[in-house]
Formats: sequence, C-alpha cells, structure tokens
Amino acid sequence: MKVLMFGWEFPPHITGGLGTACFGMTKGLAKNGVDVLFVVPKAHGDEDETNVRLLNASDVTVNIDNEKDRSYWDRVQYMEIGSNIIPYVGPERFEQIVEEQRATNHFQSPVFLPRYEFSGKYGANLMEEVARYALIGSSLALEHKDEFDVIHAHDWLTYSAGIAAKETTGKPLVVHMHATEFDRSGENVNSLVYSIERRGMEAADIVITVSDLTRKIVVERYGINPDKVITVHNAVEPNDKKRSEYETCGLKNKVVTFLGRITYQKGPEYFVEAAHKILQYDPTIHFVMAGTGDLLPKMIRRVAQLKMGKNFHFTGFLKGNDVDQMFAMSDVFVMPSISEPFGIVPLEAMRLDVPCVISKQSGVSEVVQNALKVDFWDINGLADCIYGLCHYPKLSELFKQEGKKEVDNLKWEFASKKIKAVYEKAIEITR
Amino acid sequence: MSKSICFYFQVHQPYNLRTYRFFDVGKRHFYNDEYRNRTEMLRKADQCYLPMNEILMDQIKRYGDKVKYAFSFSGQAIEQMQQYAPDALESFQELVKTGNVEILAGTYAHSLAALFNKDVFKKQVTEHKKLMKEVFGVTPKTFINTELLYSNEIGADVAEMGFNLMVTEGAKHVLGWKSPNYMYANNINPKLRLLLRNYRLSDDISLRFASDCLTTDNYVERLNEIKDGEVVNVCVDYDNFGYRYDDSTGILNFMRYLPEAIFNNTDFEFAKPIEMLDKLQTMSMFDAPIPLSCMDEERDLSAWMGNVLQDDALETLYSFANKVKRNKEEDVIRDWNALQDANHFYSLCTKYSNVSPYDYYINYMNILTDFNERVSNK
Repeated sequence: MKVLMFGWEFPPHITGGLGTACFGMTKGLAKNGVDVLFVVPKAHGDEDETNVRLLNASDVTVNIDNEKDRSYWDRVQYMEIGSNIIPYVGPERFEQIVEEQRATNHFQSPVFLPRYEFSGKYGANLMEEVARYALIGSSLALEHKDEFDVIHAHDWLTYSAGIAAKETTGKPLVVHMHATEFDRSGENVNSLVYSIERRGMEAADIVITVSDLTRKIVVERYGINPDKVITVHNAVEPNDKKRSEYETCGLKNKVVTFLGRITYQKGPEYFVEAAHKILQYDPTIHFVMAGTGDLLPKMIRRVAQLKMGKNFHFTGFLKGNDVDQMFAMSDVFVMPSISEPFGIVPLEAMRLDVPCVISKQSGVSEVVQNALKVDFWDINGLADCIYGLCHYPKLSELFKQEGKKEVDNLKWEFASKKIKAVYEKAIEITR
Repeated sequence: MSKSICFYFQVHQPYNLRTYRFFDVGKRHFYNDEYRNRTEMLRKADQCYLPMNEILMDQIKRYGDKVKYAFSFSGQAIEQMQQYAPDALESFQELVKTGNVEILAGTYAHSLAALFNKDVFKKQVTEHKKLMKEVFGVTPKTFINTELLYSNEIGADVAEMGFNLMVTEGAKHVLGWKSPNYMYANNINPKLRLLLRNYRLSDDISLRFASDCLTTDNYVERLNEIKDGEVVNVCVDYDNFGYRYDDSTGILNFMRYLPEAIFNNTDFEFAKPIEMLDKLQTMSMFDAPIPLSCMDEERDLSAWMGNVLQDDALETLYSFANKVKRNKEEDVIRDWNALQDANHFYSLCTKYSNVSPYDYYINYMNILTDFNERVSNK
C-alpha cells in the first residue's frame, strides 16, 4: 500500500508538534509496510524554477541517516513545493509577518530567530499560497497517479491540495485534524479557515482526529457525520539518549519548565501567574519558559512587573537536541494549554523522566495516566501541583518511573497500525 | 573679565554582553562578547581616540596654555584600552602629561549607583579615583556623574566625599529663566559648586553636527550670541569625533580649527573646570529635588528607569550589593562593575525603537541569575 501525504513541515525544518508527528507517523507506517510519498511546502529561496522538486530522501538533512533508518527511507519519498506557507499562523498574522519581514529586512535578533524567511518569489497572502499548494499538489498527484492508493492530508493548509488530488485521481481522501480553528483562535474563528476545514472534512472519506476532544469539536462545531470520524491518538518515538547522558542543570534549585509556542492556545499566562504564587512560598524554584510566539513580549513584561526576573527565564525557540537538553535540566514540566487537540510535548518530557502537570483540556490527558491533571484556569491548582512535585520526592519518583514506562508503550508503530486500518477502510468505502 | 569655555570629553566603552542562554547559568561565567568588544574598541581607537588625541596634542604644542580640555574616563573604557588598544591609552597619557588636560572624577562603572546605593556609589568613586591615579598619575578634583546624573541628594553625597566642584546638566526645567552659564551651588551643601552643561552648544555638536552642517564660523557665531554669563560648558561624548560622525562629515577638522576661530573671533578663553572655583563667584543655588541627567529631550531618568523590565533588572542587580561587598575576587568585582553599566538599562528602554528590549532583558536576567549563584555560594 502507498499513500500520498500532504504535510506542511518535516524535520529538520520544524516549528511545532506537527512536523514531529508526521515524521513519527511515516516511520510507523513504514514499519507497517506502508509506502509514503510526502509533499511539503518549503520556502528557503533556493528552489528551482519549476517549483516542484522530487527529493531523494537521502538529500534531506535529518540526522537520522543511520543504518537502522535505511529501511524507512526506502519506503518514503519526499517532495518539496516552493511556498511561503508558515505553520501555525493564521491569515492575519501571516500578513503581519510578511510586512514585518519586509520592513525590517530580515531582522535577526539572537533569541527570536525567525523560523522562516521569505524568498520574495511567492505571494504574500496565505490563502493564495494555499490555493497554489493545491494546484501544484493536484498536478503532482496526477503525475504519480498510479503510484498511490490513498491520499492523506494534514491540517487545513493542505486540505485544498487533498481535495484537488482526490478530484483529479479519484483516490480516497483521509484528512487528519491535528488542531481545529477553535483551538487556535478560541471563539474568534477565521471564517475562511473554518470553511476550508469544513469543506476538507466533508470531502474526505474518513476524518482522523488526534483525540476524542477534537473529535467532539469536529462533530459538534463542524457538523461532520460522526460515523466517519475516527480518533487515533498521537504517539512519541522512544529516544536513544538517557537523561543522564545530557548536561545537568547549573542551578542547584528545582527547575519548572513550560515549553511550547507562546500563544493564546497554550495558556502561558497561567504558568506565569502560578509561578508568582509558588515563589511566595518557595523563592528558590526557577521557572523556564521555552519557545516563542506573539504573547512572548507580554509574558516578559508580566514577569518583570511581578519582579521575578531573577527566577524566571526565557530561552527563545528551541529545537532538536536543545529541547531534550531542556527536559534533562527540568524537574517538572507544565502544559497549561487552554485548548490542546493532542499535545505531544508532555510525552517527550516523560520520556526523559520529567513529571508533568497537564491541563484537562488537552487530548494527551486522554491517554496519559501518570501525570497530574488540572483545569487550565485553576492557577491555585496548578501552583499546588508544581509545588507538590518539587517538594514531595516520593510523588515525583513515582511519576518518573511509571510515566516513563507508560510513554515507552505509546509508540508510533502502534498508532500507525490504526492509521493503516483507516486507509484500508477508506479504500473499501470508495470501492 | 573675559568669559571662559570648558570642553568636557567623556570616554566610555561598555562591555557588550554575549548571548547568554539559560543553559549557561551556573556553568559558564563569562558574559562578554569578546569579539565585538575588541572590534569596537579598535575601531574607536583608530577612528577617534588616536586621530583626535593627535589633533589636541598639536593644538597644545601650538597654543600652549591657551587651550585646555577636561576628560572623564569610565573604568570599562580604561580596562578595554589596556586590553585591546594600549597605544590609544598611551596617547591619552601623553595628553595628560602636558598639564593642559584635567582628569575628572566619576563612577568607575559608568553606573547609576548614585540613585540606588550610596555605599556602592562611594566605593565606585574611590575605585575610579584610584584608577585615575594609577593610569594618569593625577588625583581628580572635579566630579562628573554618569551622564551628568544629579539631584540635591546626589550633590550632597558628592560633597561628603570631599569634592568642591561638580558638573551637571543645565536642565531647562530646573533652571527656568536662569542661565546655565554661571557657577551655582548645591542647595543642601553650598560648599559644592556646580558648573552646568550648556545643552544647546553641546548638542549642536553631539546631536546636530551632521544635520546642521556645523562649521567653526557657525559655532563661533552661536558663542557670540551669549551675552550674559561667565562660563560655557560644552560636554560631549568623545566618540562623536570620528566614530559616531566619521571623518567625512568634517568633524575632526571642525575640532582642529575650532580653537583658532575662538581666539580670533570671540573673547572666550579656554579653561579647565577646576580653575572656575577660584575665578568665579557662586551666582545662586541650583535646586533639583528630582534627579536629572543629560539624556534625551526630557533630561530625566526615563532612559534607564520606569518600564517594568528596567525596574526589575535594576532592583535585582542592586539587591546583590551586600553579597558582593564581602567578595574580594577580582573577576567577580569586574563583572559586578560591568553589569552596572547604565547602557544595559538604556538597552531595556522601550522609548526608542531599538533592537528588542525583551531579548535584552532575557539575556541580562540570565546573567544576573548566574552572577547571583556565584556570589551567593561564597
């Protein structure tokens, strides 16, 4: 079986969970005997003129190019389409970013490096980009018509491409909801985005959601027929390096970490306020907020205003090894997301023996047992959990051991098996 | 009686901080961007210190006692000259040897300590005095605070340290109708006399040199417009000459020919600030209950204080004062000084559209966290 997959990011150029998820998923699919033709937008300014480029997997600079992965790369073909699509950015913010980058002429600050640069060749309007991606995607699909059995599109930016590919080739379409517009924007949904999401799900033969939480939103807010919506929880790859192999923290005190995009959806405010509460009882604890996003300046101002700059640190955007390094230095990981369709980060933390506090409003809380769960708005509860994990070693020891065991069983191999079953079902429906 | 003109040149070069990540805290204790520090110092030496010193030296040789200047050096500038540009420091020493140059006292670290901690302030003044004695062989007698920072209390503290003369900003909002061109006195301790910077004639050089296409003729004309007053104090950063305004703007030539123009077309005489003590009578009290400085249009503290980032950084920094006091380690003291540089807080300012103050805050606070660990463990 072979699948044509439309994504929007892939390691090493990643900004969030989706790239990591896609990587794990394709790896898991390969193990289950599914071949993948992966298409991603790319904007590095050095694409060739035809805008379509077929890359041999070995050209991709992912540092997993060892023997073990050879079999994986044999099953995955990777393509890039020249485009300015930026992950996790809505149409309004997209325009802003384009403007900013034009104005500041690739302004580079040491901590907040822009993740994506504009080559200037492509449109400055996200919707145009989505349409362009769809156009190129469908022609690409037609070209490779005989090579795949099913189309798999990740998140709304690629849905138009998925629909177009389905229309030109007649192959079944599976769309994957990693996040809904309601997760990203609260109640202020962008109606264009909403309608693309909805159209994608209506056109799809099967919709995969990353959690029951997301499934509920898809059914209730988008009116999708519940019979064709299937939940497949995300997973995480076990990592090779143990916690003890990383550098230890230079501080002798406890370190509590928040790691993620600093945006409304992730609830960074609650972390800052909880930190303030905790510091009044234990002024030795240090807090780290890793990541970047539109709320970062506001968080920095708030931290300074609460006079806790001495104990509260920002790292800017982290990727790759730095993420794991950060976990290895942490004693508690906190994810106070307001709305998190899945939220893979706690799993990555647990992998490195970090006890977690996660919000009940996250998909990951459906699958993880060995973590403390609170409502995101409950600052006192959050503070209490963090304080407890810092001060009661028995509790944190338990979470470390059990959490690690638990997360080691949440493998992509198993999740991909379910996805493969979804493909089979989709093929059967359309036959 | 002829009128006097005093030129004050401030020489400062901050230590630029490197990108200091949270991962470095507790592990790596070097904070400086060595490459940038060295490059900047070498550029300043080549474009400003060496050529300007040569110009001033020529003037002194030519006119003898008729030309006089005053210099203030920060500890960081001296340290970095010693490290990267010893030839520049040597040429300053030559200038001082002529006796036509007065060395001013100040804070070692170009700091705002006067506002936050009297002990630290005093210590820095003592350290600075010691450094000037070591490097130039003179004991400075006139005091000039970081960016002319002044208030009645600061003046009283300075008087307590044994100074009789201090230079500060002739801020319009304090002076009102009064002229900056006289000698004033501190109104808590009138023993301390004050010379006030003439901001118009100073900013003509430091802010408007290029945009106004300033020439010696213009400048002399403006000097001659001053009908009242006894002393004009022109106080500018030394790096304006050749560094901020490069040679192509003509600023080096401006300074080269300025004395001649002043001698020929005005009745002003060059003077060292300290000479004013004997020459002039105090005209009136100078009442500054609220601290002032020479910064920006506001002439206040808002370049360094006021937003939450600055206030948190400053408060955290000076909360270490007692811990550092007990510490005798050389590198701790050097870092402690470097971290107090007013430029850090200027970089945290959100008044200007400069590079992100948020980045700067993150970096600076990470360093303070590490510094705190170092001094707390002792």
